[in-house]
Amino acid sequence: MTTRRVVGPFNRVEGDLEISLDISDGRVAAAYVNSPLYRGFEQILQGKLPADALVLVPRICGICSVAQSAASALALADAAGMVPPANGRLAANLSLAVENLADHLTHFYLFFMPDFARADYAGRPWHAAVVERFRATVGSAPNQMLPARARFMQMMGLLAGKWPHTLAVQPGGSTRPLQSSEIFRLHRTLREFREFLEAVSFGAKLEDVAAIASRKELEAWRRKAGGGDLRTFLTIAEDLDLWHLGRATDRFMSYGCYQEEERRLFPAGLWHGGALELDIAAIAEDISHAWYAAAGLPQHPAAGSTLPVAEKDGAYSWCKAPRLAGQVVETGALARQVVVGHPLARDMVDGGGSVAARVVARLLELALVLPAMERWLTELAPGEAWCVAAQFADETSGVGLIEAARGSLGHWLTVRRGRIHNYQIIAPTTWNFSPRDTAGQPGALEQALAGLPAGVSEALPAAIHHVVRSFDPCMVCTVH
Amino acid sequence: MNLLWLQSGGCGGCTLSWLGSEHGSLFRELADEGIELLWHPSLSEAGVDQARELIEQCADGRAAVDVLCIEGSLLRGPRGTGGFHRFGGGAQPMIDWVRRIAGRARHVVAIGSCSSWGGITAAGMNPTDACGLQYDGEASGGLLGPEFRDAAGLPVINVAGCPPHPDWITETLAALAHGKLRSEHLDDYGRPRFYADQLVHHGCPRNEYYEFKASASRHSEQGCLMEQLGCKGTQAHADCNQRLWNGEGSCLRGGYACIRCTDPGFEEPGHAFETTPKVAGIPIGLPADMPKAWFIALAALSKSATPARVRENAHSDHLLRAPSVKRSKR
Repeated sequence: MTTRRVVGPFNRVEGDLEISLDISDGRVAAAYVNSPLYRGFEQILQGKLPADALVLVPRICGICSVAQSAASALALADAAGMVPPANGRLAANLSLAVENLADHLTHFYLFFMPDFARADYAGRPWHAAVVERFRATVGSAPNQMLPARARFMQMMGLLAGKWPHTLAVQPGGSTRPLQSSEIFRLHRTLREFREFLEAVSFGAKLEDVAAIASRKELEAWRRKAGGGDLRTFLTIAEDLDLWHLGRATDRFMSYGCYQEEERRLFPAGLWHGGALELDIAAIAEDISHAWYAAAGLPQHPAAGSTLPVAEKDGAYSWCKAPRLAGQVVETGALARQVVVGHPLARDMVDGGGSVAARVVARLLELALVLPAMERWLTELAPGEAWCVAAQFADETSGVGLIEAARGSLGHWLTVRRGRIHNYQIIAPTTWNFSPRDTAGQPGALEQALAGLPAGVSEALPAAIHHVVRSFDPCMVCTVH
Repeated sequence: MNLLWLQSGGCGGCTLSWLGSEHGSLFRELADEGIELLWHPSLSEAGVDQARELIEQCADGRAAVDVLCIEGSLLRGPRGTGGFHRFGGGAQPMIDWVRRIAGRARHVVAIGSCSSWGGITAAGMNPTDACGLQYDGEASGGLLGPEFRDAAGLPVINVAGCPPHPDWITETLAALAHGKLRSEHLDDYGRPRFYADQLVHHGCPRNEYYEFKASASRHSEQGCLMEQLGCKGTQAHADCNQRLWNGEGSCLRGGYACIRCTDPGFEEPGHAFETTPKVAGIPIGLPADMPKAWFIALAALSKSATPARVRENAHSDHLLRAPSVKRSKR
C-alpha cells in the first residue's frame, strides 16, 4: 500500500519548499518537489527599459543577488554588443566570488551542519562534540563564523556599495573605481578571511586542501592531525556513509564563471562519465507539471513564456522543468568542479554523486577561489577605465550565463521597440528541484530521494534532510 | 521577548542583510538584548512537522508570540485566494497564517519594503496582487487594514529598505524588547524615526560635488549623481551615509544612485532608475523641503562658482587635482 505524506515547511533552505512523498513498505517510492511561492518577475520585467532589469533581477534573490546582477549584466552586454574593460571584469569576478564563497560558508555552517546535532544521532561517538559546535544558533561554529563572514563581506562594501542588491555590476563594467589604498584594504580583508578558513574550517593551508587529488588522499588527510570543521564533517560522512547517499542523475552541467582575459577560470561544460559538449541551444523548459498555461511543446528560454494558472491537472509546483536535450542534469559546486576536471571532484563522482561529494566540493571551492581573488586584486589597475557606457538598440537580444554558488544561472532577454519584450530566467535550483516533465522523468532531487527509508507517521529521517540540503537549494531563485 | 519570523513574497535578502551585522555574532547580539528566536525559517533547527506544529500553536493561541516579523510582501492573488503562496506543508495560503498570528502577537514588524508596502514584488503589472502588511504602496490598508493596532496600540512597524540595514532591524527589535518603542518613535509611514528622520544625503562623500552641481554624467565618475544619474539621496529617508553598509559602503559610495528604497512606490519611479527625469533642464525630484525657485537660483550660482578642481574631478574616475595646500603667511 502506498501512502502520500506531505512534508513542509522545509527550513534552513533559502525560501519555501514542500515535498510530497509516496511511501510504500517503509521506503520512498516516489518524491514530488513543490516550490510553493510564485512572484512573477518574468511578467514584471516585460515592458521595462533594459537597464532597469539591473534594479529588478538582483531582488529575485537575497542570497544569489550578485549572481543575478552578473547574469543580467552579461545578457545586457551581449544585447549591446559590448565588453567591459579589464578593471570592470575583475571587479565583477571579485564581487561574484565574495558572494559565492560567503554562500558556501552560510550553507555549511548555518543550513547543513546543524542536522547532525539532532537527537537522532545521540549515541554516535561524534555527537556530543557536534552539538557543542554546530547546533543551530547556539553552537560555537555559527557564532564564530558569522563575524568572520561579516568581516569578509566588507569587501562588498568597497567593491559594490553594499550586499545584497547592488547596482555596481553593469554591462559596461563597475560603477565603483577603486584607488590603491582601497585595494590595499581589500587585500587585508581577504587575508583575514584566508586566516579564518585555514585555522577554523580546514586546519590546513588552502593550497594543501586544493591539492587533494582523490578520495583516498582525502581520507589520509582526514586522519592527519590539524582539526578544523571539514575533518569533523568527513568523520561524520564516513560513519554515516554519506558517500552513498543522495545520488541523482550523474549528468553534471556548468555554464562556467569568473571571466579571465581569454577564458573562464571555471570553464563551461557537461559531464556524464566523460566530457560532453554543452549545447545551450538544447535547453528547453517543460511545464507539463507546473502551474502555467501550456504553450505546447517545451520551449527554449529565448522563446519561453510565463503565464501562471491557478489550477491545472497533474501540476504540483510553480517550478518549471528545464531539460538539456531532454535530460535531467545536476548543477552546483560539485558539477562545476567535475566539469573543470578537478581530480578530487572527478574521483568523488566515480561511483555516483552523493551528499558528501556535494558538501566537500563546496569547501574545495573555498580553497580554489580565494587564491584567484588574491591574484585579481593584484591585477586591478587604478587610473585605467572601470566602466564604459552601454547603448541598446531598439531591437536586440542577449544571453547571460553564469555560475551562482549553487549552480548554473541563465538569463535570456529580448528587446523590442526599446523595451523588454521577454525575459526568461533559469536558476540553479530550477534544474535541481524541477518537477516531472512530459515524459514523466523526475527532477534531480526527486530521483535522489527515491528509495530512501521513510515512515508514514514517525519523524522524518535525518537522511532526507541531508539529501535535500546537500543541493544548497535556493527556492526564491527557483521560481521567480 | 520571543520572536517568530515568517517569509512570504520576497527574496530573503532582509535576513541575509541582517546576518551581515557587524557587532559580533548576530545570535549573541539578540541574546544580549533578551530576544529569543521562537522560529526563523533559515536559522532554526526545528523543521517540517515540528515547525508546523509550533506555527499552528502560534496561530490558535496555544503559544504566545511577542513579536511577529514578516519578510516579503503578502500575495493576495490569484483573485483574492492567496494561492500564489501556500505555506509549505499544507494547502492554507500564507496570508491566512499572517492574519491569524498578527491578530494575536503583541507586536507586528514588517521587515523590509516588501512587507511594508508591497515593494519590488508589486512592480510592473503586480502579477500576484502583492501588498504590505498595513500599506498598499502609499495607501494605508494592505493586508491587515488601516485600523490595525497591536496590543500596545502600535500600528505595524515598518523597517523599510530593500534590504534594510542590519542595525535598523536589530535596534527596532531591541527597542521593543526594552519597552522603549512608542508611537511617537515612528514617522508618518510607521518607520522607526531613528533612521527614517535622516536623509541619505547626510554624510554623502560626494557632498562637495553636490554643492557645486559638479555632476557625473557616466558610471564610475566621481561627481554628484543627482543631476544626471537618478540619485534621490536628497529626498530619501534613511541614514545610509552615516551608518555605513558592509564596512565602508553605501549605494552612493558604490557609485550608483539612491533609488529611495525605503519609500513606498520606489519600485515604479515613472522613469529609468538611473536617469534623472527633468523638466526644462530642472530635475523633477528636488531635495527635501527645498523651494524650487531657490534650488534653481542656487544651482545656477554654484555652477558658475565651481572650482576647476571640482569640475575636473567630477568627470574622472580618480583624483586629477588635489585640493591646494595653503601655507600660512608670515
